Amino acid sequence: MAREPDLAVVITRRRANRGLVLALQIGFFVASMGAWELLSRAGWLDPFFFSMPSAIFARMGEWMWSGYIWGHLATTLIEAMAAFAIGIVAGVIAGVALARIELLAAVFDPYIRVMNALPRVILAPILIIWFGLGMASKIALGVSLVFFIVFFNTFQGLREVDPIVLNNARMLQASDRQLMRHVYLPSAMAWIFSSLHTSIGFALVGAVVGEYIGSARGIGYVVAQAQGTFDTTGVFAGLILTSIVVLGIDLAIERLERYLLRWRPEA
Amino acid sequence: MARVEAEAAAIAFEAITVRFATPSGAVHTVMSDISLAIAPGTFVAIVGPSGCGKSTLLNAAAGLLFPPAGRVRVFGEPLEGVNPHATYLFQADALLPWRTVLQNVKLGLVFRNVPDAEASSEARAWLRRVGLAGFEDRFPHQLSGGMRKRAAIAQAWIVDPRILLMDEPFASLDVQTRQIMENELLGLWQESKKTVLFITHDLEEAIALADRVVVLSSGPARIKGVYEIDLPRPRDVAEIRLNPEFMALYRRIWGDLRDEVMKHGSDGAGGPGHGA
Repeated sequence: MAREPDLAVVITRRRANRGLVLALQIGFFVASMGAWELLSRAGWLDPFFFSMPSAIFARMGEWMWSGYIWGHLATTLIEAMAAFAIGIVAGVIAGVALARIELLAAVFDPYIRVMNALPRVILAPILIIWFGLGMASKIALGVSLVFFIVFFNTFQGLREVDPIVLNNARMLQASDRQLMRHVYLPSAMAWIFSSLHTSIGFALVGAVVGEYIGSARGIGYVVAQAQGTFDTTGVFAGLILTSIVVLGIDLAIERLERYLLRWRPEA
Repeated sequence: MARVEAEAAAIAFEAITVRFATPSGAVHTVMSDISLAIAPGTFVAIVGPSGCGKSTLLNAAAGLLFPPAGRVRVFGEPLEGVNPHATYLFQADALLPWRTVLQNVKLGLVFRNVPDAEASSEARAWLRRVGLAGFEDRFPHQLSGGMRKRAAIAQAWIVDPRILLMDEPFASLDVQTRQIMENELLGLWQESKKTVLFITHDLEEAIALADRVVVLSSGPARIKGVYEIDLPRPRDVAEIRLNPEFMALYRRIWGDLRDEVMKHGSDGAGGPGHGA
């Protein structure tokens, strides 16, 4: 049998010089923090309102050394991860159900639009009344944010399946369940992952906002306490800590994504 | 001898008519009253001008499309749902992009609940057969167009279907690769004697490959002529084109087909193509 030359060699792309990019990124960080610090020290920015990086990082260090922050951080993370997990599972299930069952999609379409149009952060006070001041109300708020993002992406991803690939699998006698497992879900996976990047942030927003409004634990509580005493440094320290945590989780998701979507040609 | 029924046609189109409603509300008749019987074990090519509904006919045989009038019988049984005896080679890539070559080739066996070890070893054997040994763990996008077609052929053949439906499977390949693939296809078919229904707009390809060539007229599609191709086998698609008999057949069939292509190509110039 005739063979073609091995065309499947990896094509190396020219990337922007990674060292240069990293150096510029660090440079930007140092320059902006330095400017902030200098402007505050020189009195151009009022430290009472704007604080300054050295004080913020000192505060973060203090929190960590004293152990004060760990309990709060753990609380927030547990709430966010629970909201994230529940939101993903519920979003994917609802997305699959509505994409597969026409009638369900037709009936629920207006309701889902209305729910999605609702600014759900406003639900926080009601959720606190329903679920109390503990973790449950924060998880519920996070779920209400995560669910819709994952749901819409799953729904859309399932609808975007290549009809030729789908027909080919049908001709190979795939059952409905096999189609779901081998065709629909892998096809929707790219959509679902893009929703995860957005929704991990929202899971944390749900937890922190919930805590901010009413709780006795968590980063949101820490920020609310700091704000109550006009402690700008504490507010910033809480915010930065939260974003570092989100960044870490997002990197982990990206790793997983790169592995699970390794079948895609590099753009 | 109790084998009277053995000669039921592999695929029988019985008075198939397909109409679509156009967005403007008019009814467009894609094909009307097509009847055609395809004997088991034969290689039948259908040619016609592009857009004449060849693919529609193939999809009706696949059970992917239900003709509003008429019926398809497969080995004597009226077809309901996806044709269980057939696999399909598409013009575009139809491999699952998220599965490796090996996983793709064994897909039909996995769907039939064949144990995984057995399915894998059979898929490996098929990959050797189509010259893809060593590429088991590649993803489709890491292969060339010709290699993807080979994988698709292995995927379609591994379930040992009685019928293979092909919709211009090699149209996207360059001429050399295409001839290689056509010869490999003939080689595989010669060993197995499956029923093949092959759609193409390339008359040379149709004559080189098939036992019978069916010419469709354009809009709405009707059967314009059926030609027996009694060229010797085994054939080499490049050499057979130089055979004087091939050229005589080509001239005869082209005479029929040309009218249709011209008619189709000059729609605006007053051809009787479209009914209201």
